[in-house]
Amino acid sequence: MDNCFYLLKKPEKKPFYKIFAGASAGFINGLFGGGGGMIVVPLLTCFLNYEKKVAHATAILIILPISTASGALYSIFGNLSVKIAFPVLIGSVTGGVVGALFLSKTSNKTVGLIFAAVMLFAGVKTLLF
Amino acid sequence: MIFGLIISGIIGGVIGGMGMGGGTLLIPLLTELFGINQRLAQGLNLVVFIPMSVVALTIHFKKRLVKTEGIILIVLFGLAFCVLGSFLANKIESDILKRGFGAFLIIISVFQFMRTVKN
Repeated sequence: MDNCFYLLKKPEKKPFYKIFAGASAGFINGLFGGGGGMIVVPLLTCFLNYEKKVAHATAILIILPISTASGALYSIFGNLSVKIAFPVLIGSVTGGVVGALFLSKTSNKTVGLIFAAVMLFAGVKTLLF
Repeated sequence: MIFGLIISGIIGGVIGGMGMGGGTLLIPLLTELFGINQRLAQGLNLVVFIPMSVVALTIHFKKRLVKTEGIILIVLFGLAFCVLGSFLANKIESDILKRGFGAFLIIISVFQFMRTVKN
């Protein structure tokens, strides 16, 4: 499955790719409290030849312990409060269910484009204002 | 304020439920719309991810979409480096961290756009 036409992949470097994938996803996860999944998925498909769906699913399994560790650290450093987390948790579980139902009804391309646009907008606003 | 947190959670959850790595939008939602501190928003995003991912994983496991073989190395290095990242996040000045995150979002959005268009 060649997902990166511009890169030369060497099978014997697999452990290195894994280390790089883990390290970068973990670092971003700790530094930014998220986004690790978006880094690890292309690394899995591109360098480790995961199928796209498997990459997405496995990425969650990889990021879960990492997020837990980061979350614990954030909590220890006082950057997290259960009191504030609770309403967000409730909202997100509800939203998650709604989103999952929604997913079957919209085209991937539309969602992907809207997502990119919103992220771009959010990024610009966060960076500049 | 609580209302804002719930709403942000819902929106973040909807996007996450659609499989779009939704957590990433929760943070700017919290910081830009509700003025929540960047570090706190990041911490919230981390926590929120946990229950959602457990649910998602049970579904993915049933569909046999999860490849567990050989991921220990990835996870180990992930854990090691997330410690480094978390320490840094705690040390860097909040405003700089926030803007750095903004830049990160922009970069990711470009890749996301390229990925979507490629298909």
